[in-house]
Amino acid sequence: MSIFNNKTNSPDKCTCKKCGVEVESSVLSQSAYICPECGTYMRMGALQRLELIADNKSFKEMDKSMKSKNPLNFPDYNDKIEKAMTASGLNEGVICGTAKVDGNPCAIFIMDSNFMMGSMGSVVGEKITRLFEKATEKNLPVVGFCTSGGARMQEGIYSLMQMAKVSGAVKRHSDSGNLYIAVLTDPTTGGVTASFAMLGDIIMAEPKALIGFAGARVIEQTTGKKLPDGFQRAEFMLEHGFIDIIEERPRLKYTISKLLKMHSHVE
Amino acid sequence: MSDKIKPYERVQAARSNARPSGGYYLKRMIDNFVELHGDRRYGEDGAIVGGVGFLNGRPVTAIAMERGATIEERMQRHFGCPTPEGYRKALRLMKQAEKFKRPVICFIGCSGAYCGVDAEERGQGEAIAENLFEMMGLKVPVISVVVGEGGSGGALALGVGDTVVMLENAVYSVISPEGCASILWKDSAKAADAAEALKLTAYDLNKFGAIEKVIEEKGKTSEEICDDLKEFIVKELDAKRKKSTKDLLDERYNKFRKMGVY
Repeated sequence: MSIFNNKTNSPDKCTCKKCGVEVESSVLSQSAYICPECGTYMRMGALQRLELIADNKSFKEMDKSMKSKNPLNFPDYNDKIEKAMTASGLNEGVICGTAKVDGNPCAIFIMDSNFMMGSMGSVVGEKITRLFEKATEKNLPVVGFCTSGGARMQEGIYSLMQMAKVSGAVKRHSDSGNLYIAVLTDPTTGGVTASFAMLGDIIMAEPKALIGFAGARVIEQTTGKKLPDGFQRAEFMLEHGFIDIIEERPRLKYTISKLLKMHSHVE
Repeated sequence: MSDKIKPYERVQAARSNARPSGGYYLKRMIDNFVELHGDRRYGEDGAIVGGVGFLNGRPVTAIAMERGATIEERMQRHFGCPTPEGYRKALRLMKQAEKFKRPVICFIGCSGAYCGVDAEERGQGEAIAENLFEMMGLKVPVISVVVGEGGSGGALALGVGDTVVMLENAVYSVISPEGCASILWKDSAKAADAAEALKLTAYDLNKFGAIEKVIEEKGKTSEEICDDLKEFIVKELDAKRKKSTKDLLDERYNKFRKMGVY
């Protein structure tokens, strides 16, 4: 559930779902999509996120035109893809490419929850795999912004196998001695958590982001127990030892660039 | 190919209490099995049985998801759904197999990874991710067999094999048909339709290249099925043992690398 009531990537006005205040989108973009009234973090589209993190005009996109097919001929899937393309302004749920962050070169992927909840099908898996392979070849660090409801069930087993495929590419990138910073944003769950989201050398998260494997509602139904306060939030994950840093959105770029700089130093 | 059997019937067969669980195949196939317990980090998970033994006279590491026979045992093994400790134990045993240069055989059958507050607190997602990552680089042959219900990431966590084989009435899916129907159509009673749409049978997955082999079950006893499976695994391991480590790992990587339609 998006905190703000914005149906497209750049509407004129948004309403904070938490406090109800109406904010001009130009004001929002200047405040890094944090509600100026109550401080709630709004979910960001991939292009908005790119603007926040990458240096101006430094992004060179890869595989922009790759689109999903319907390999299982799954009912209504084609329609859903069309709608997701309109909702996100993207061809699929992730953008990938090379960029600079405060002058530091890196490969970057940014998932977009406006595209079928950032779910991972063949295209998302293939694009991220290619990015890691390119980064391995060019000795580049990878910065990856994760947001996903999990696997894309409309692609059945192909979707599940993306978890293994991407993890393999992350492994080869890691074995080549290169850095991978995963940044977990609201929400990061399911098959993405159980693969590349949790494989970063450094795992960062935005405050209060929902991060977990099984869905909270499913756990509640299965166990019949009430969930503890703050369950599966970034702070909960940090407390249990699964996240390195919770960083506030306005400081993300600064912290990432520091880490990139430290890892580009060769003795 | 028996196309007349509907996918949801296969799902029900895969889940049937009468159907042998992973441990059955392990015990029948592996001689002198010595079970090894615990993840050396936090605990011991009864949903995963692992250890060392001989397969046709050669040492192997064998790991199986096990539901348990009696109701008490099922409670204790939480119906074969592994906790993070189970996956970490499996990984520990795989790394041990790598050290001693013996192949790994994994028997998969669970409705999914164990679902609970405690599993989340101890990093269910991280445990599965780590297995995928490490299995992709494991320097010994890995054969994975789906013997029952292959439930999503919880199954895949033991499924990054050089060869993945399925029994004819096993299923392997990104989500349970009930879960899929409930999310998409707000009606878990439409599970049979979802099972159809998800294409989760062994024959479907073989056609997609997600698995390499289907072991037929029709008209055979459990013992016969297990013996056919054993014969296949022994042959596969003979072929994989001849490969250099580099070829083995490249072929494993490239096999999964090719999966997807775009």
